[in-house]
Amino acid sequence: MTTLSKDLAASRQFISANDAVSYGVRLCRPEVIAAYPITPQTTVVEKLSEFVANQEMDCQYVNVESEHSAMAACLGAALMGCRTFTASSSQGLLYMCEMLHYVSGSRLPIVMMNANRTVAAPWNIYGDHRDSIAMRDAGWLQLYVESAQEALDTVIQAYKVAENHQVMTPVMVCLDGFVLTHTYEVVKVPSQAEVDRFLPPYAPTENRLDLAAPKSCCISVSPEWQTEYRYKQHAAMQAAKKIIGDVDAAFGAQFGRRYGGLLEEYRCEDAEYVLLMMGTIAGTARLVVDKLREGGVKAGLVKIRSFRPFPREEIVRLAQGVKGIGIVDRDISFGYEGALGTEVKGAVQGAAPAINFIAGLSGRDVTKDNIEAMYRKVIDLARGQAEEEIQFVGLRWEQW
Amino acid sequence: MSKVYKQVPFAAIVPSPTVANEGMVTGNWRYLRPVVDKAECTQCKTCWVFCPDACVNMSADEGVSFNLKYCKGCGVCSNVCPVGAISRVPELDFEE
Repeated sequence: MTTLSKDLAASRQFISANDAVSYGVRLCRPEVIAAYPITPQTTVVEKLSEFVANQEMDCQYVNVESEHSAMAACLGAALMGCRTFTASSSQGLLYMCEMLHYVSGSRLPIVMMNANRTVAAPWNIYGDHRDSIAMRDAGWLQLYVESAQEALDTVIQAYKVAENHQVMTPVMVCLDGFVLTHTYEVVKVPSQAEVDRFLPPYAPTENRLDLAAPKSCCISVSPEWQTEYRYKQHAAMQAAKKIIGDVDAAFGAQFGRRYGGLLEEYRCEDAEYVLLMMGTIAGTARLVVDKLREGGVKAGLVKIRSFRPFPREEIVRLAQGVKGIGIVDRDISFGYEGALGTEVKGAVQGAAPAINFIAGLSGRDVTKDNIEAMYRKVIDLARGQAEEEIQFVGLRWEQW
Repeated sequence: MSKVYKQVPFAAIVPSPTVANEGMVTGNWRYLRPVVDKAECTQCKTCWVFCPDACVNMSADEGVSFNLKYCKGCGVCSNVCPVGAISRVPELDFEE
């Protein structure tokens, strides 16, 4: 491994979550980064291009003409055994969709960052989860983070999970657009030496191409054999459940920060009323839980980090003894309910009454008052009061 | 079942074929067949470069010929030929 003269020393920096991702990626030493630089791109790839231009990274940086091509370039590089990275958002992620499937089916451990932003129409550039939720079944692991620090740390964990030979599946690290990606906080940037110790160089498996022994990739497989490939993808994703937890624990042992693996529980030990959510809403909800606890309400929250693979067993266990559940979705599957709501309700199978709250769409603020109202509604439901099963938080022409 | 599962090549990435696969002959999709006029052909290899299915054969003795088992009749060779030596003839004009 080449040692660059500008290897990072450990530091504390006041940076945006976008920059935190860039530092995380830099510390993982990808050999190829391909990115489309224009809207809806974020400054993640801009910062990385600076690192490469300043020779602070030993990396091939490929500017391409579309997100589709960005993922195709990563696929090609990963087939040659390179560690790769790209980033996108919103419509860009949707444009990348076809290649996401090629990558996961080819079992290439590419890591990408997605800035969660709404999708058109009507369009804006602000945050919700509808872009990555639409990619739920693309065969990628999806990890949702809450803070810039968690974003940096999760990028490092993501490579370790993706490249595990039991997993060999790409990972999408999802950050709420703007409220996380473009806000600044103090972030601990680990040293290059520490990250090198945690993350060894990528060791490809049989899916590496070799000029001396030519192979064919992305081939057509007949109906008689397709099921076996899909089963293996599913088995790898199931195996990832344990590995995500193991990697988080190993990260915690070395760096002193851990995030709970598949999910994080906050004050859930004896909780009667639990809200489940992904991403930054958890940050606000913690304050509400603390306030409710001070008032004697046994409130708790669960932050789902891993949407795929989905932590079914953990949620089933958590639902034991809970009187009411609220699931907060920054997305809506039109004609049914929020994506997380469907998964959680399917897992707990009526063990506790539940309301699915649709909140924070397209950047709408989710306030402490909103979250406290959600808890109150869950409590009312648990006490037998009729509540709508799906509620759009803050909808203007409803009494909310 | 477990035996079958282990037989699947990882990620469907397999050694490249070195011989024609008789189980997957695709030339019968073609309805216009490339035919080279050997008197006109300069053996410049332009068609050999451009054929998207590697169906142009070059040999010192025979010049240009086409692998009709896999040629789908797309006509790229005919289009790129700088001397117009490759024509496209309907398949029905040939004996079966």
